[in-house]
Formats: sequence, C-alpha cells, structure tokens
Amino acid sequence: MEELNLFIRSIFIDNMIFAYFLGMCSFLAVSKNVKTALGLGVAVTFMLVVSLPINYMLNTYVLQPGALAWLGEDFANVDLSFLALIMFIAVIASMTQLVEMAVEKFSPSLYASLGIFLPLIAVNCAILGASLFMQQKDFGSALTATVYGAGSGIGWLIAIVGIAAIREKLAYSNVPKPLRGIGITFILTGLMGIAFMSFLGIKL
Amino acid sequence: MVSKKISEVFFNPFSKNNPVIVQVLGICSVLAVTAKLEPAIVMGISVTAVLAFANVIISLIRNTIPTNIRIIVQLVVVAALVIIVDQVLKAYNYEVSKALSVFIGLIITNCILMGRLEAFALSNGPWDSFLDGVGNGLGYAIILVIVGFFRELLGSGTLFGFQVIPQAFYDLGYQNNGLMILPPMALITVACIIWVHRSRNKDLQEK
Repeated sequence: MEELNLFIRSIFIDNMIFAYFLGMCSFLAVSKNVKTALGLGVAVTFMLVVSLPINYMLNTYVLQPGALAWLGEDFANVDLSFLALIMFIAVIASMTQLVEMAVEKFSPSLYASLGIFLPLIAVNCAILGASLFMQQKDFGSALTATVYGAGSGIGWLIAIVGIAAIREKLAYSNVPKPLRGIGITFILTGLMGIAFMSFLGIKL
Repeated sequence: MVSKKISEVFFNPFSKNNPVIVQVLGICSVLAVTAKLEPAIVMGISVTAVLAFANVIISLIRNTIPTNIRIIVQLVVVAALVIIVDQVLKAYNYEVSKALSVFIGLIITNCILMGRLEAFALSNGPWDSFLDGVGNGLGYAIILVIVGFFRELLGSGTLFGFQVIPQAFYDLGYQNNGLMILPPMALITVACIIWVHRSRNKDLQEK
C-alpha cells in the first residue's frame, strides 16, 4: 500500500518536470512530435527503473556512513558519502551505453530519430536527480526505490507526450513572433504545471 | 589589447548567444533555484566556477582523450569539481547548501557544461576555454539573477530576505503574489524574458 501511494505521488504530485524541472533540456528539445517523445519517455523510464535499484544498493552497502560494516570491524566507521555523485553518474553512464546498444539493435528508426539525445540520457538530470532524491528520502528497500523510479519515469513520460501533442496542434495557431518555438513551450509547460498542481493533496 | 576573437568569446554569451535563453541549455536549475535571490546567486557562482575550470582541464587534456570515451572523461572531471564545490558550500554556507539540496549535485548533468565542453573546450586552447567558461557561466548567472529578482520581489516582497516593499503598501491592501513562489511561474517568467529578448533581437526569432 505504501508503495502504491509512493507510485501515484511520484507520477502526479512530485512530477519530475512540473515540480522539480528535471530533464528540461531534452524535454524541450525532443517534444516536437509525439512519436519521438514517446520513444524518449520510454527510454528514460527504463533507465530510471534500472539505475535506481543499483544506486540504492550502492548507497546502502558501500557509500552511507557505516555502510561498509559488513566488511568487518575496521570498516564500520568509514564514510564514503562524498563519493556518491561520482558513483551514481558512473552507473548511469554505463547503463545508458547498454540502452543505446539495445535500441540501436531492436529499433533503428527510433535510434535515428532520437539522435544525439540517446547518449545524452546520461546527462539527463531526471535520472541523476531521482538517484539523489532517493538518497535524501532514505527508502526502506530496493523495491521501494524501484517503484519510485518507475513512478518518476512514467510521470516524465506523461509530461513529454502531453507537451508534444500540444506542440503538434500549435503548428496551426498564430503565436506572436518572438514567442514562437521555445517561448510558447515554456508558457505551456507552466500552464500544465499549474494544472498538475490540482493533484496536490491526493492521498491513498 | 584584447583581440576581437577573445572579446567575442567572452561577451557573446551575455546576450546574443546566451546559454539559457538562446541555446536553451541548463534550464532545470534556472527554474528550480530561483524562488529566492540568494540561492540563485550562489548557484550562478558555483556553475561559473565549475564551468571555467572544467573547460580549462578538458582543454588541457583534449589531445589525449580517446573520442569514444570522452563523455565519461568529461563526466568524471565535472563530477570531481562539483564534489569540491558541494563540500565547500556545506562547510561555509550550510543554509544555502540546504536550500539548493540536490541541485548542486545536478550541476554535473547541467547541459551547459556538456554543451560547452563538447562545442568549445575540445577544440580550443586553455585560455580561450577559460574565458568561454566564465562568459557562459556569467551569461547563465545573469538570467538566474533576473528570474530570482522578480520572483522574490513579487512573491515575498523581499530581496535577499530583507523587506523591500514598504508596510504602507500592505496597509493599502497590496498582497504578495504567492503564485510567483510556485514552480510553474518560473517557467512563465523565463518565457517573458525570452519574449523581450527576442523582440529586441529579431534575427533570433523562429519561423
């Protein structure tokens, strides 16, 4: 039950895009049509689901103060938490390489349309951000961390597909010249964010 | 005398080629840390420092990095610098470090860094790269400060935590606009900046 609550919360209330603005760069750049947006969204969700449990294990058994106690008495006082950033990013970067190879093999058309943004998932703030939030929130088990990853990923997916659908329709409207392209996208994201705030206070 | 190229490298990012509103890089932190002015400035300085030194380091070793693994190398250099900044902030300004929470760590994935390292440091000398880093960092900081200024002024009526809007206004019925503090308004503030900037620089407008 607690997991379900976390899942719903991370999709709608703590949404990566609307509440924390994580992963905005690719969000803005790859949201020109729904198909590509969906592809990137799925890739990000997958990355989150894979990298969060690994980073959780890493954090619990290696990095936290006293986490190395399982190695013996001498290691009980070791605090490696300052290394967290570099370890997390290393896990994420290598996982990205894996996803990239898989996408290239199974869906060359998606690979071509994602272009530069596939390797850049490694520097997508949503993924590192989720790992850092996971560290901050002190989840009880790897399962909870995975659920959090899945929820955040699906929230990101909903956001990017939504904005891509709006931008496709936007091609037919008369936007003031200086606002065309990126400006109006910012305003739309803001309005969507306000809409998403109506989910605030939902509890299961 | 400063040559024309150098001054272009340094000053272009301020307006014509601003990393935030023209290249649209590093948006996450612009939006997330600007509810108050002080964290916005600290964030601007941190990014400038990391960017300048990462640019120099990558530029110094650019001929020895194998192309295939350059992203990993860049990430390691940036991550090391960010860890230093993070520890320094924790030591000397714990309050702000708490307010910025994960966003200092997220400098690693700030697209401005990867963008500048890829586009500039890999093909230019250390001194040019340093100027490019400082220029882009300041260009980023300017937007941060503008957004932070308006959000704090309109949202809480303060600047740097000091009351700016006089009590008399409140007595007359003026109210702080609580919406400015909320995340969505950051997006709309940036959109307004883009609007003003692009109506002055017509060549930047999109079709």
